[in-house]
Amino acid sequence: MMLAAGQRSTRVPARAGGLLLLGVALVVVLFFSITVGARPIALGDVLAAITAPDPDSTTHRIILELRLPRTLVGLLVGAALGLAGAILQGATRNPLADPGLLGIQSGATLCVVLGISVFGITTLSGYVWLAFLGAGIAAVAVYLIASMGREGATPVKLALAGAAVTAALGSITSAILITSVETLDQIRFWQVGALTGRTMDILAQVAPFLLLGIALALTTGRILDGLAMGDDVARGLGQRVQLNRAFAGLAAVILAGAAVAAAGPIAFVGLTIPHVARAMAGPNYRWILPYSMLLGPILLLGADIIGRVIVPPGELQVGIVTAAIGAPFFIAFVRRRKLAEL
Amino acid sequence: MNVNVQFTPATTVAVARHRLRSRHRLVSAGLALLVLALEAVALTIGDYPLPVAEVVTSLLSPFTGVTDPASDFIVLGVRLPRAITGLLAGAALGLSGVIFQTVLRNPLASPDIVGITTGASSAAVVAIIVFHATGLTIAISATGGAVLIAALIYALSWRGGVTPYRLVLVGIGMAAIAAAITSYLFTRARIFEVQQALAWLTGSLNGASFDNLGPLALGLLVLGPVAAILYRPLASLELGDDAAKALGTRVEVTRLGTLLVAVVLAAFATATVGPIAFVAFAAGPVARRLLGPAGNALLPSALVGAAVTISADLIAQHALGRNQLPAGVVTGAIGALFLIYLLAAANRSGRGG
Amino acid sequence: MSQNHQLSATDVTLGYGERTIVEKLSVTLPPGQFTVIVGANACGKSTLLRGLARLLAPVSGAVYLDGRAIHQMSTREVATVLGVLPQTPVAPDGITVADLVGRGRYPHQGWFRQWTATDDAAVASALQATDTLDLAQRSVDELSGGQRQRVWIAMALAQRTDILLLDEPTTFLDINHQVEVLDLLTDLVRTQGRTVVAVLHDLNLACRYADHIVAMQGGRIVAEGAPAQVMQPGVVKTVFGIDSEVVIDPVSQSPMIVPIGRHHRLKLAVPAE
Repeated sequence: MMLAAGQRSTRVPARAGGLLLLGVALVVVLFFSITVGARPIALGDVLAAITAPDPDSTTHRIILELRLPRTLVGLLVGAALGLAGAILQGATRNPLADPGLLGIQSGATLCVVLGISVFGITTLSGYVWLAFLGAGIAAVAVYLIASMGREGATPVKLALAGAAVTAALGSITSAILITSVETLDQIRFWQVGALTGRTMDILAQVAPFLLLGIALALTTGRILDGLAMGDDVARGLGQRVQLNRAFAGLAAVILAGAAVAAAGPIAFVGLTIPHVARAMAGPNYRWILPYSMLLGPILLLGADIIGRVIVPPGELQVGIVTAAIGAPFFIAFVRRRKLAEL
Repeated sequence: MNVNVQFTPATTVAVARHRLRSRHRLVSAGLALLVLALEAVALTIGDYPLPVAEVVTSLLSPFTGVTDPASDFIVLGVRLPRAITGLLAGAALGLSGVIFQTVLRNPLASPDIVGITTGASSAAVVAIIVFHATGLTIAISATGGAVLIAALIYALSWRGGVTPYRLVLVGIGMAAIAAAITSYLFTRARIFEVQQALAWLTGSLNGASFDNLGPLALGLLVLGPVAAILYRPLASLELGDDAAKALGTRVEVTRLGTLLVAVVLAAFATATVGPIAFVAFAAGPVARRLLGPAGNALLPSALVGAAVTISADLIAQHALGRNQLPAGVVTGAIGALFLIYLLAAANRSGRGG
Repeated sequence: MSQNHQLSATDVTLGYGERTIVEKLSVTLPPGQFTVIVGANACGKSTLLRGLARLLAPVSGAVYLDGRAIHQMSTREVATVLGVLPQTPVAPDGITVADLVGRGRYPHQGWFRQWTATDDAAVASALQATDTLDLAQRSVDELSGGQRQRVWIAMALAQRTDILLLDEPTTFLDINHQVEVLDLLTDLVRTQGRTVVAVLHDLNLACRYADHIVAMQGGRIVAEGAPAQVMQPGVVKTVFGIDSEVVIDPVSQSPMIVPIGRHHRLKLAVPAE
């Protein structure tokens, strides 16, 4: 059916308008993320802290050393998870794909566990590099396994190889944890996924990778739209399918690896945000990606804020709240909308 | 060989069908033999290695009356229950997994991912950490958790019917909630409680006895044939809802029925041995790769599941010398290796993923 | 199996969610004839077919098979009389052609019945009729679009039903296979007395093969009847929005629609500017 000329041109402004609304929502969330907490802080103090920091003021120190880096980490990690999930779902054409698919989260966890049990590393910034290393190795292993054989890394093989590697690494991790109580005691907090304690150091370590990943990810829109039509059609349109899938996968691995390095394995965001983004933005990845990029931090920071206030005087880690709040919302969402199948 | 056979088209079709049927029988028989061999190994090796003759004597002693208290105890009291538990749990998980993957039309679907085992685990962890439960109570909680979460998933997916897509997504959501509950408890509990819970969560065959095999054995005995009967409607579901309806299948009823079978099998298995990782997920793909295009993967998947579980337990018990690991740790690694090997082998010879 | 069953719809309204596609439509499909439903994209022809095939429950009104409301009959009973080729079927990974076509025998097999020679014969003749016998052992995934289409048609044929509903059976097919399939369907009607209803894209093939044409537009039937009566330029204009000239097909003597576009106009005695 041919669209009347007027109809097509109203779609772009509608989607851009949606992005704008999300952007506003994100700013609101950022605001609350800085001001809300065990010690409420006013907007004026925030501005003062940024522009004219007073080293003796506790409030300023809280803002600059705790709230601001935490918020920024949450912002980048949320964006990274949303984008990584969208890319993986598009590249594998499977709605169940998520950042954990390529073994990234289990690889990171195992490496951190090894770091704790074998080398006695217990600092958060130590975990960052271990996690990154583990994520990278796992992703490469998954890709190599999936590429064995004639057809190369097809979506189904990637998914299966990813699941296989995840399970294998998970087994080794369990084995170590069962035999070493001290490691278990350390890892059970990191493994939940949290933004607590993410200071400027951590931010400085992970930010370059997160930003690089986000930049790469936003260029993959055209590739993903091509892959979405099926390998044959994409090839027919002149796309180099294997190369494109590898490139998209690389962007996803950088994003997911940096995200898990920064905040630990957060399970829910990368899987569900792309579905919401797709329902809002349509099937075009050039829109799904920016939508995912904004929806991710809204969910993550929103969950973090709730986690800070819901169980005073303590905190509920963001990994738990994201699932506890995101899941019911997601289920309601799945029920109400007619979701386009991939 | 009769060389005067007229190859009419009907004959060609019949011959093709017989060829597939033969391959199916061959694979099933081969897997069954493998399982038997593994069971035999499980009965003979151990801290007190027993010669085969003694094992056989012990096995037959309830019938022959010829007893030898020492080896009877080891064989009949320790090794046999453990071996049988591994067989039944693995078969139940394998069957459950392949049914999920077929009904939900997604190779990534399995009771683990769609939330059934996570629900069972969560309920068990709550029982262990909050209520300090042991033994039977944990098993009952796990079963209850699995069934409860399955019912919730189905109910929440119902909108004039249930589509596989929606089931999977809702299942993932529920799994996330259940996992969050577990994570939360892990961060709040005392470390030794967490250890206890982790021990259960890894899934093991330790302390297996004939006492708690009842439900699992009964379940498999009843639901196995039910699954076999439901095979044809299940196979037509694979062709898409429209084609299935066109072939006379009652789509919603079939989906509900087969999923019910799969959930109960997974629930009973998890309640008996804990959530043994990966067996349900890997059994189906492994079986299909062995069968090639031969179709009915139900029995082969159950056999693969049993084989993986038993061999994992053997390795877990004996591979590290004095140290014993829970079987669940090894099933992940073994299942994964098996799957990787088959991915590679299939790709070299012919069909890939 | 030449007992003529009758399929009809009375005041049937069909839609998806809040979107109504077909409203209060009544149609009787002449038994023992080849009926073709034509219309532009999104006119409701596939929706109507799905409603007739019991794949889509009507919002109001009913579809009747031999006077009984089809939605109150058991799925299995309907499947032994009504065979359907849906538009987007899914082939499971790795399934062979023979296996897939064999699934068409399910309605006749129930829970326990084993394969019989009749089943093999049905599958074999379906494969032969669609020229896919030599593909029997191949995996469906490896086939071309056209081959796959013929395999799905074979599955519908293997069902050996009295009424056959096909949604766009000739897409993806080369011209020779298009003609083969339509000839085959005609055989089923003429020699076995079956009823065939097909949604076809190609107006001219429709005119050639149909005994009865149903032309739809905007969810309604615009014209119904024998091709010679229905295919007038006025109807073509209403249904497809295009000018045309109707001539007689030299081979089949049926109406042939010749479209008039911008670049090809009639050579008139008075030249247009």
